[in-house]
Amino acid sequence: MTIILLVVVPIMAAVVWWLLRQTMNVRPWTEQRPGDALPGDGVLSLPPVTIGLGVFLAVATSLFALLISAYNMRMEAADWTTLAVPKGLWVTTGVLVLSSIAMQWTRSAAIRGRIDRVRMGLIAGGVLAFGFLAGQLLVWQQLHASSHFVTSNPANAFFYLLTAVHGLHLLGGLWVWGKTTAKLFRGAAVGRVRLSVELCTVYWHYLLLVWLALFALLLSTPPRQNACTPDAVAICGSPR
Amino acid sequence: MSYVAHDESVFVRPAEVGEMELYHPKTFIGKYIWSQDAKVIGVQYSITAIAVGLVALVLSGIMRLQLGFPHVFSFINPSNYLQFVTMHGMIMVVYLLTALFLGGFGNYLIPLMVGARDMVFPYVNMISYWVYLFAVLLLMASFFVPGGSTGAGWTLYPPQAILDGTPGANWGIILMLVSLAFFIIGFTMGGLNYVVTVLQARTRGMTMMRLPLTVWGIFMATILALLAFPALFVSAIMMALDQMLGTSFFMPALISKGQHLDYNGGSPVLFQHLFWFFGHPEVYIVALPAFGIVSDLISVHARKNIFGYRMMVWAILAIGGLSFIVWAHHMYVSGMNPYFGFFFATTTLIIAVPTALKVYNWVLTLWRGDIRFNVPMLFAIGFIFTFINGGLTGLFLGNVTVDLPLSDTMFVVAHFHMVMAVSPILVIFGAIYHWYPKVTGRMLDDTMGKFHFWVTFLGTYAIYYPMHYLGFLGVPRRYYAVTGTDFIPESAQSLNAGITVATLVVGSVQLLFLFNLVWSYFRGRPSGDNPWGATTLEWQTPHTPPKHGNFGAELPVVYRWAYDYSVPGAEKDFIPQNQPPARTAEDAVDATS
Ligand code: HEM
Ligand SMILES: [Cu+2]
Repeated sequence: MTIILLVVVPIMAAVVWWLLRQTMNVRPWTEQRPGDALPGDGVLSLPPVTIGLGVFLAVATSLFALLISAYNMRMEAADWTTLAVPKGLWVTTGVLVLSSIAMQWTRSAAIRGRIDRVRMGLIAGGVLAFGFLAGQLLVWQQLHASSHFVTSNPANAFFYLLTAVHGLHLLGGLWVWGKTTAKLFRGAAVGRVRLSVELCTVYWHYLLLVWLALFALLLSTPPRQNACTPDAVAICGSPR
Repeated sequence: MSYVAHDESVFVRPAEVGEMELYHPKTFIGKYIWSQDAKVIGVQYSITAIAVGLVALVLSGIMRLQLGFPHVFSFINPSNYLQFVTMHGMIMVVYLLTALFLGGFGNYLIPLMVGARDMVFPYVNMISYWVYLFAVLLLMASFFVPGGSTGAGWTLYPPQAILDGTPGANWGIILMLVSLAFFIIGFTMGGLNYVVTVLQARTRGMTMMRLPLTVWGIFMATILALLAFPALFVSAIMMALDQMLGTSFFMPALISKGQHLDYNGGSPVLFQHLFWFFGHPEVYIVALPAFGIVSDLISVHARKNIFGYRMMVWAILAIGGLSFIVWAHHMYVSGMNPYFGFFFATTTLIIAVPTALKVYNWVLTLWRGDIRFNVPMLFAIGFIFTFINGGLTGLFLGNVTVDLPLSDTMFVVAHFHMVMAVSPILVIFGAIYHWYPKVTGRMLDDTMGKFHFWVTFLGTYAIYYPMHYLGFLGVPRRYYAVTGTDFIPESAQSLNAGITVATLVVGSVQLLFLFNLVWSYFRGRPSGDNPWGATTLEWQTPHTPPKHGNFGAELPVVYRWAYDYSVPGAEKDFIPQNQPPARTAEDAVDATS
């Protein structure tokens, strides 16, 4: 549970810091004097969706941190056999990085108002993201073909679970991406999609970071072989 | 990099968006069914939550019938007793209290109290309600599937939750887990709205430090919920996988009916960690809104400013923050390292400090106030008593050595009902009596209200006080029957019968409350815009009930905090938040010079 605390504690610390700024030198009980300017009220000059995305990322971070915490705790058990990281993941990781780069490029094109580049970039980013998902599915298939079933070992189960949750988040992003792209190709001006493009980019980078963290987790899991011999079945449970 | 201003993301304060830009539904269905108006969504949430809460209330009555008069009611058997316990607990905690406080009160009150026209993402808000409704329907469906609903206890501990022998180990538990997952998704959509609305849609002059404590309570509770619910989500998904695919996240190697099951090496304790990482904050998810609301009720009906406003805000934050590092006090009996036990006992006791501060502040607010014993005030005072009571037994249970013998006894049941069941429910009642006039334009009937209060308040004491003694005797919780157990004296049975009688009385008086809600809607005394003489913005709307857009053409501007009651020299005993300051002679001189 250390990992999740590493997420929650900074968030709570940020809230404390923010609240300190709200309360310092403020006397809530005093009324406005006539002629006084209305006090600054701490509303940030950002569109609500931007803040909304920020809050959502905090929720998603909590989710992934909890999964990683669970992974770390479950890893200690005797029946754990570390999954050799499939080579295909290096490729999919590369594709996801490219996808993020494409989105970043699109974002700066959107800020400069270059509609042709925005179109190209968006398509590239989206296609690469779909490519990443297809790659993950392929890796699943290969694992399955080599008898690494979801039930045969907790390490496998976690692998499928983590990649699935990450993939579903990306699919959610692709849904917004799809709406934005459709809007653009129906002839919307760049200004109308600029915000969506920016937020998609942030989300893409976030999911890239999450993926790198998950990938690093898989790579850094110490190799361990299930110690259960047929004689020890009574303790370790039945082998499959 | 230069940042060019652009159309869609040019920042317009939500508070300055014109009335015309709101989405205006034309049809009845658009207005009241597929509504994007936070007020309608709030009412939808409330009605759904109360309806499902009634189911849970009936279940508690059935359980009490069994405990009070064992072997009299043939339709109750050991396995459906467990199903009733489970469904009662889960419905009450998640589908009633959480949904009502955040979805119901949050939606109705946040935009009105911060001076906004609506939530910032009305469409997402609407979806949030429909997903919640879907989750409720899934849960209700689980009563009717083969094997019935799950009987694993509201904590759903594996391995028994998904093993044959536990009622509802197939369909029941799956529906429960899926329903929880949907609840969480729906809540997250709503939660984003509550947080961003408080942060970004406050009207001009409404600084954070001028927010009513109700908003503070709901706001912090939402933050807790957004961070804690993922833990329940993760555990629900992993358990569903264990059940359906046969993974072993939580399931250890097991022999059941002489057969090795296909499970291997999983960790039930891992589930407990995840569950309680959600479960403890959940207590505060329902408590913090109650704290906030009760502060406002007390201040309004005592005609006095709240004592220590900033301290109250900080206490809400401190309680919320600390609630993330106490979860393992629910796991003292899981065989943890004694040093961990010591750590969690310490943090648990530390939470008592900000909590006690709040209690003192409520009492000090009452002190020499011009107290009006209106029905909301009665419930608020009832809350203080009940909450202190439950809080004190919490101090006992927070200590490892005291908890070990009392764990899983009726003492625990008495404790948590006092602190997190009855207390928040009393606040909910108080809040309904308080805000019903704003929602409907009519007052709830006072006589019925007072009767409802006294029977509920005294009745719950009659129910839960004796339960502490049963716990001392060692009467276990979640037991269908304890007769014939040597260490439990016969007299325990008479006590149980008495508790059941009290339950039936308390249960039936809730019907009177429902009747009052309906009757007053048609026959209640018209309330006017501000029947209690309150300062907060929801009482200053041009129409009661407020129309879509809340404040008419102009949004209010806020000049003061929410607690200007009985200000010396003011003409009335309250000054609304949006009333501009009086021009004094001195100011007039300033202006001319
Ligand atoms: C008239 C009101 C209520 C009565 C008479 C009542 C009665 C009961 C009874 C008899 C039990 C089972 C005890 C056992 O056999 O272990 C129980 C369990 C429980 N109740 Fe209530 N209850 C009421 C209201 C509430 C409310 C408002 C909540 C909301 C928090 C709540 C939450 C719970 C929980 C979480 C459990 C534990 C379920 C479990 O053990 O899995 N109850 N209640
Ligand atoms: Cu707790």
